[in-house]
Amino acid sequence: MHIPDGYLGPPTYLAAYAACAPLWGVAARRLRERLSARRAPLLAISAAFSFLVMMFNVPLPGGTTGHAVGGVLIAIAVGPWGAMLSITIALVIQALLFGDGGITSIGANCLNIAFVMPFTGYAAYRLLSGLLASEKGKAVAAGIGGWVGLNAAALTTALMLGIQPLLHTGADGRALYAPYPLSVAIPAMMLGHLTLAGTVEGLITGLTVYFLRRSQSAWVFQSAAEEAGP
Amino acid sequence: MRDYRRLWIGLVLLALASPIGLYIPEIMRAGSAWGEWGVDEIKQMIGYAPAGMERHAEIWKAPIPDYALPGQEQAPLSRRGVTYVLSGLLGIAACGGGGYLLTRWMTGNRGRRRT
Repeated sequence: MHIPDGYLGPPTYLAAYAACAPLWGVAARRLRERLSARRAPLLAISAAFSFLVMMFNVPLPGGTTGHAVGGVLIAIAVGPWGAMLSITIALVIQALLFGDGGITSIGANCLNIAFVMPFTGYAAYRLLSGLLASEKGKAVAAGIGGWVGLNAAALTTALMLGIQPLLHTGADGRALYAPYPLSVAIPAMMLGHLTLAGTVEGLITGLTVYFLRRSQSAWVFQSAAEEAGP
Repeated sequence: MRDYRRLWIGLVLLALASPIGLYIPEIMRAGSAWGEWGVDEIKQMIGYAPAGMERHAEIWKAPIPDYALPGQEQAPLSRRGVTYVLSGLLGIAACGGGGYLLTRWMTGNRGRRRT
């Protein structure tokens, strides 16, 4: 899901940076207003957590690999804006130090993984946790939220890759950047994520919420709604 | 109550377990992630290297590409496992440091006023 350099043409990656800039600004302003100094270390911990979760590659149907992100779990703990900033930190470090995701595509990857994922997944979680109010129900809602969030991010990633042949095809019919059209990119990305990667994300999210809420560290999720806001 | 140490320890345990994410795809012979192939792989798949991709692909040389030491991407799995764990620990340090600087910038002024 980390788009490397060379896959997106300049119009796409510049537009993605332009879209991310105000979102980063809003996130910073909201956290500056609402994040308590005592909960602030959760942001650094979330960044490291998401970095590590993304190291657990899972073989996917179709001969590829994928991984969970932990983005919705983080959104439940520190709010979706907090999740956006912490996952952004992880993505920037992955790109700069480890070449996982490109430099030109940091904006695109942040849009997909740090924005689309936590916001869609968190919305699904909030919707469902109203219906499933029990302790187990909240964990199930979190799990489904994780599945939704990861798949939403996979879909927007596939869209970005899939529009490249429409935007950039040479006179000789050869692609200039990512070569596969939407009709290939969407099924290829979604097959693995709807099934296995999304399930792994859902299990990680649901089980962590369930066990952490019963542990001494339950405070991680308790005042998130008041302090970081939706 | 706000025991952050437990959470940091949890992260270190995750880093120690991370080679699972290296070994399982390797054992099951899974390829690259979809849409994250190298230019050479693309060439094999579609018969040519897209011109723009070739120009942009090497724009940045990461010091630890794919969580392995440069030139050791094909080293024995056990050694790559060690590098993978070290990369995970480095990731904790870098994300922790980045997160700390960011939150200090965001909450720093308020904290000082309070004390």
